[in-house]
Amino acid sequence: MPELLQLFVAGVATGAVYALAAMGFTLLWQTSQTVNFAQGEFVMLPAFIVLSAMNLGLPFPLAIIVGMAASLLVLGFLFKQTVVDETARHGALPLVITTIALGLLLKEGVKDAAGAAALPFPPLGGTSSLAIGDAMLPVHSLVAIVVAVAAVAGLQAFLERTPLGRSIQATAQNPAVARVLGIPVERMIRYAFLINAALTALASLLITPVYLASFANGEWLGLCTFVAALAGGLNLRGAIVGGLALGFIDNLAAAYLSATWRGALPLVIVIAVVLFRPQGLFGRSEEPAA
Amino acid sequence: MNPASLRTTAAGAVALVLIAVPFGLTDYGNYVLSLWALTTIAAIGLNLTFGFVGQVSLGQGAFVGIGAYVTALLTTRGWPLPTAYVLAFAACFALGWGLAYPAVRVRRPFFPFITLAFATFIFLVFRNEEWLTGGIYGINRVPRPSLLGLSAAGPLGFCYFCLFNLTVVTAAVWWLRRSPWGRAFAALRANPLRAEAVGIDTRLYTLIAIALGAGLGGVAGLLYAALLQYVDPTPFSLTMSVSLLLMVAMGGSGRLLGPLLGAAVAVVLPEGLRFAQNYYLFGYALAVMVLMAFWPTGLVGLAERLLTMLTKPRPAPAKAAP
Repeated sequence: MPELLQLFVAGVATGAVYALAAMGFTLLWQTSQTVNFAQGEFVMLPAFIVLSAMNLGLPFPLAIIVGMAASLLVLGFLFKQTVVDETARHGALPLVITTIALGLLLKEGVKDAAGAAALPFPPLGGTSSLAIGDAMLPVHSLVAIVVAVAAVAGLQAFLERTPLGRSIQATAQNPAVARVLGIPVERMIRYAFLINAALTALASLLITPVYLASFANGEWLGLCTFVAALAGGLNLRGAIVGGLALGFIDNLAAAYLSATWRGALPLVIVIAVVLFRPQGLFGRSEEPAA
Repeated sequence: MNPASLRTTAAGAVALVLIAVPFGLTDYGNYVLSLWALTTIAAIGLNLTFGFVGQVSLGQGAFVGIGAYVTALLTTRGWPLPTAYVLAFAACFALGWGLAYPAVRVRRPFFPFITLAFATFIFLVFRNEEWLTGGIYGINRVPRPSLLGLSAAGPLGFCYFCLFNLTVVTAAVWWLRRSPWGRAFAALRANPLRAEAVGIDTRLYTLIAIALGAGLGGVAGLLYAALLQYVDPTPFSLTMSVSLLLMVAMGGSGRLLGPLLGAAVAVVLPEGLRFAQNYYLFGYALAVMVLMAFWPTGLVGLAERLLTMLTKPRPAPAKAAP
């Protein structure tokens, strides 16, 4: 079954990337009820920062560091400090509109700055393949899996084991009680935005070699992220499983059902989830209104 | 002048301008005005969904597309226009209802993502089902309408036809807002829990508003197909859905005049800013973000505030808070 192994690796590699983005999306939702509609563009943008750093003559590893730092600054700090804080005081709907507008802004901005053509992006681990039996497994897929698993495990360890991580978790679970317990909730929310920026930047580095760097990537990546997070029940463990499952089903469906219709998959999944399991795979049934 | 007579005068002035202006325009000007009118109809529909009951839809562009394709398919096969009206409206109404039905049962924000996935799916249908939609080549030679022996085939006639549709839709929504239904919508948006408590079936009213909004998207699509006389998948991408939503927010969500202003900024203004065309969407998105940060009531709210400042030139001196 060499085909199946290849599909499995490709599916887990894309799924792990969806999972990273879905975890960040979930963390923002849990800590501050921010629904970041621009999450797909957050995954699209960092690859372009890396590419422009390379255009300035920086070597790839250094460009990655620049891309990470710029993402933390722009998609984490500035996003929270200027966009979210200014708008959220008016309520939930203006914030929703703002993140949707931000998605369009980033998409059009990258199109104006870098052009509409898709650009190649160097894969982490190179372009070679590893032969296991009859199956050819691209090294960058394996690297993507290892990096994503390490990032997820690191994030989980941080959130579970360290005092700071537990404070962030407390903020995510119940901001009101967290505040009573003396946790600086506002600061924890700011950390959550930084974590989200780091996760999306990482996702960008891992997925862009496969999809090529295009201004329009955010549409599909965002949709997959939202579906993975909702299917997971808007909690972190669910986001991991939701992302992996979506990546796997997506690759299987593209190979065995229809490549032209793989875009219909998110609709099928989101309708199935809302009909049969609106609390998500790993969620508890809906909490009563606060 | 009291507010009521001011409003009547303003409505009369707008009507006169709308009747007079198309005569003075070139064919291209009439095309832009027609495009504005039909975009406004789609935005008015979305205003029911977003502004009246507070549901975020990222699929209005898909409903416009469905209306356009239904119209193109029917009228190129010789069906009369009223049939296309009924079917375009009914198809979008039913689909809107069907998409919203599962979403209004749960508290989590599913609806934006269901409509987003739906918009992606419908785009695939337009592009891939070549036997029906003509794929990327689209459908050609969509006829222009003629009503009661009057032909609306020329640019001027068709422009009036669009403006007539817009007037009917605006009047209907104006009536809806003042009807008991409209009050239920307002109650629902202000406080869903309290609305439920005083006996309003919030789910039913939300469904009605969403389905009506989708149906108006279908009507806008009908006009779009007849305006361009050609339908292909490209315009009905996610960008159309997003920019319709931003139009409603920019104009002022929940306000009657909001969609008219928002659509004017989105459709008419870029024609005047031809030199900046590539950067228009970028600037537009930025403008919406600034509005949401400082004046979330949109342009209508901003205009009202300016108006109050002008009519009351000397505001009472600020007193220290008690």
